[in-house]
Amino acid sequence: MASAIFLVDLKGKPLIARDYRGDIPLSAIDRFMPLLQEREDEEGTSLPVMTENGVTYLHLREKDVYLVALTRKNTNAMTLLQFLHHLSQVFTEYFKTLEEESIRDNFVIIYELLDEMMDYGIPQITEPKILKEYITQESHMLEITPRPPMAVTNAVSWRSEGITYRKNEVFLDVVESINMMVNANGNVLSSEIQGAVKMKVYLSGMPELRLGLNDKVMFESTGRSAKGKAVEMEDIRFHQCVRLSKFETDRTISFIPPDGEFELMTYRLNTQIKPLIWCESVVESHRGRVEYMVKAKAQFKHRSTANNVEIIVPVPDDADSPKFKSTIGSVKYAPERSAFVWKIKQFQGGKEALLRAHFGLPSIRDDDPERRPPISVKFEIPYFTTSGIQVRYLKIVEKSGYQALPWVRYITKNGDYQIRMPEPLKSGGSRLPPI
Amino acid sequence: MKAKVLAALRKGENYELKTELNSEYRERRKEAVRRVIANMTVGKDVSGLFTDVLKNMQTDDLEIKKLIYLYLINYAKTQPDLVILAVNTFVKDTEDSNPLIRALAIRTMGCLHVPEVLDYLCDPLRTCLKDPNPYVRKTAVMCVAKVFELNAAVAEENGFVDAVRESLSDSNSMVVANVVSALAEMNEMEGGRGIWRLDTSTVGKLLTAVNECTEWGQIAILEALVDYRPQDEKEAENICERLLPRLQHANGSVVLSTVRLLLTYEKYVKRADLLQQFSKKMVPPLVTLLSSEPEIQYVALRNINLILQRQPKLLSKEIRVFFCKYNDPVYVKYEKLDVLVRICSERNVEPLLNELKEYAKEVDVDFVRHAVQAISRLAIKYDSAAERAVKVLTDLISTKVEYVVQESMIVLKDIFRRYPQRFDGVIATLCEYIDIVDKPEAMAALIWIIGEYSEHITNVGNVLSGMFEGFLEQEDESVQLALVNAAVKYFLKSPQQGQALVLKALQTATEKCANPDVRDRAYIYWRLLSADPEAARSVALVDKPPVELENVNLPDSLLQELVKELGCVSSVLQKPARLFVYKRAEKAGLPRHAETVGSEADEETTTSEAAAGGVDTTNEGEPELLISF
Repeated sequence: MASAIFLVDLKGKPLIARDYRGDIPLSAIDRFMPLLQEREDEEGTSLPVMTENGVTYLHLREKDVYLVALTRKNTNAMTLLQFLHHLSQVFTEYFKTLEEESIRDNFVIIYELLDEMMDYGIPQITEPKILKEYITQESHMLEITPRPPMAVTNAVSWRSEGITYRKNEVFLDVVESINMMVNANGNVLSSEIQGAVKMKVYLSGMPELRLGLNDKVMFESTGRSAKGKAVEMEDIRFHQCVRLSKFETDRTISFIPPDGEFELMTYRLNTQIKPLIWCESVVESHRGRVEYMVKAKAQFKHRSTANNVEIIVPVPDDADSPKFKSTIGSVKYAPERSAFVWKIKQFQGGKEALLRAHFGLPSIRDDDPERRPPISVKFEIPYFTTSGIQVRYLKIVEKSGYQALPWVRYITKNGDYQIRMPEPLKSGGSRLPPI
Repeated sequence: MKAKVLAALRKGENYELKTELNSEYRERRKEAVRRVIANMTVGKDVSGLFTDVLKNMQTDDLEIKKLIYLYLINYAKTQPDLVILAVNTFVKDTEDSNPLIRALAIRTMGCLHVPEVLDYLCDPLRTCLKDPNPYVRKTAVMCVAKVFELNAAVAEENGFVDAVRESLSDSNSMVVANVVSALAEMNEMEGGRGIWRLDTSTVGKLLTAVNECTEWGQIAILEALVDYRPQDEKEAENICERLLPRLQHANGSVVLSTVRLLLTYEKYVKRADLLQQFSKKMVPPLVTLLSSEPEIQYVALRNINLILQRQPKLLSKEIRVFFCKYNDPVYVKYEKLDVLVRICSERNVEPLLNELKEYAKEVDVDFVRHAVQAISRLAIKYDSAAERAVKVLTDLISTKVEYVVQESMIVLKDIFRRYPQRFDGVIATLCEYIDIVDKPEAMAALIWIIGEYSEHITNVGNVLSGMFEGFLEQEDESVQLALVNAAVKYFLKSPQQGQALVLKALQTATEKCANPDVRDRAYIYWRLLSADPEAARSVALVDKPPVELENVNLPDSLLQELVKELGCVSSVLQKPARLFVYKRAEKAGLPRHAETVGSEADEETTTSEAAAGGVDTTNEGEPELLISF
């Protein structure tokens, strides 16, 4: 497992080091940055896993900080990288942002966390909510010193006992993110729905929850014919509170939830979906100027509306003096992103919108091919799921017998939503009419 | 001078800290301890304050206690005699009423790496192993592994190892998980002498514990089970089925460890229908790993690459998931390309070629090169795709983007060799781009093509003599050799038109060329041509052996080994562990317990030799085992 964990700044200087095993001299970290650089030079890319002189460096980067794990063994790289991600999550939970400054300001608590989250290089407790119960930023006198919460070693390691709320409520958010890749000819290359059921739980005691979805597999196995549509989720992954073996046997999702916010489950559907927001673009480049025409179409039911739609269209780095004209929404040039952003506050289903843009270009430019980043689209469609997933019930049972209210919301939004740009038409016979 | 001033300053600060640490006010002492740790963090030497820091150890302030413990972990090795002074406080803390403190003390004592502390550690450790609080027990269990590393004999004589083994039946899953980790660690230290071997009854316990412990504990248990040899088919099936739900876990490492177990158990489970069911269940979680953070994706892709060598058809329906996104990090893109070529079948080669063409139009030169190579690999792999691939490559060449043209030339040479005569029509058009090509490898490739297919190029004489103009300025011998070869071939194919050129080429090469290899080659040709033109023909125009796709699969035994280590560093690097893990005996110069090292060295001579032999291979470039294209 890990011999040591380092937090390192962009120059490769260690900010914090925790040595778990003492089998690697701490000076080994000095080789981290040169090694990263070497790979960059040789292979054109840095690698998350690198080995030199019997020491393996595993790292990830978070803003201006590298989290690095060192090991001397043929240890589980996946585990260590996952652990580093958990580490960064916990730090973010504690100090809002994980960056050089917040690390310097909080080194005491970071040492405490590193001591608690890993022992002898083996990950121990990484649940931020539980850690927060006994590793706190205020110092304590021993009389009132926190004790390890029962939860740390319980079978239910994610919830403490004795939680009380005056009003018992549960909020369920079903969020579906659409990942979409469309090529320049308008063909969908890949599309998938990445769904998540997020919960906000404000319940007293140790409640036992059961969630019912319109899960096709379950309907089929119980021989029930579904009213309406049932959904076949491809890969369901659960928060550790869900009893996996129970789900495996009869597809019921039963669990004792953590307190507060958490992600209960994620799922994926790999079905071919029609792009909800469709974009077509034509680019025409001439000497000294470039013109764009973008057509956007909301391809969902008329009853629904997409909110806060942003269509981000990349332009050359050296484009200037923008001129825009659009049928709806507002357009802004964002030179820092080398793009213009077309914002449509509300885009009703079935509607179409048109945008024309004109940019000046320096008259002398090199002939190297331009970067052609894709158009990306952001949107949110409330009260709507693409997969058709539905929460049928959420049963809440607690031994004190209180009544609790479950609230459900649905939303579909963009995930990684990219539409590739066509190659610019070269000048000669302008096809786009002038603005 | 400057160093002196700094030293004085530093001394000054340490002196100030010393006073503060001995202050009568609690708050000032506390602040001083914080500053000591802050200085330690930025790498300043504060070891001189050892005794002063130690004085503050007896405190009821938890934060101060933790910081001082941390200080001890850092400096214990350099001041082993002084650490003994701290032992009393440690021992007292292990009897504290608060389990947090008990655990903290026992955890820290184990981390000190000072043999002298061992004597004082044994009694508290024995008590803590039986502590009523599971939090303390799980910490104590881990501490045994630390003691074992320091001195295995002490750990065994005191019955600690036995105690840990017994703790496998602990009622608490978290403790059980740590027991498994600790035993695995000790097993490894012993080099397989067998501190612990799983048996059927323990397996049962672990299968129950796995449902209750944290994600990290689950990984530990899964890893332990990978090394287990089931008694019979029935048991193997049962284990697999019980662990199948782990594929649904949110932690990617739990998922991958489960896949690793299923693949390792493949040899024990005979029932084809079950195996098929396992494979089917593995696919969605593997695909989902590709939506994780890029680093996780990278490890997942490297491993998917291995899994595909075992089960080539596993992901053939999922090809689109591996298409590169514009903002994927480059290291992810490379791995995706590799997987794409691997899972592509004759059925979906067409869309993939189109996709690769898109990649080849991007501006990252290295990525473009990889994409172009992928196109040629597909052409060589699938006869039916060759035509389409050549079309894509000639399209790319017509963009006249310099690096795309160069790279395409290089790979076209291989495709022409693979399918002789099929693409004769394309060759003439290639000559239009001669001016763009200046990279030696690409030039050599193009010259080879011209020489080989001179009969399909109308003005080949002019083209070749044009290229020959720069012969002497050309620094790269591969280009010079290619030119000489091409001239000879041209002459052999059309003696009348080629005579002038070949004479000029051989003359220049033998008389004016500085490179001995080129001169030698030219001499040989010259003699051959003058002595026996037929022999020359059979040498220069011989049918080349067909180009095969380089073997992209790892040798079977290595693959076997790596699949068993799925997720581990070896699987990511795709080379056996002995090439990058050095055994402890070689870690000369590290402050370590001398006896342990000595006794281990005997048993491990064989492995250490292998590792020592591996040093050079690891350092100098990538070994051949790595697949790259």
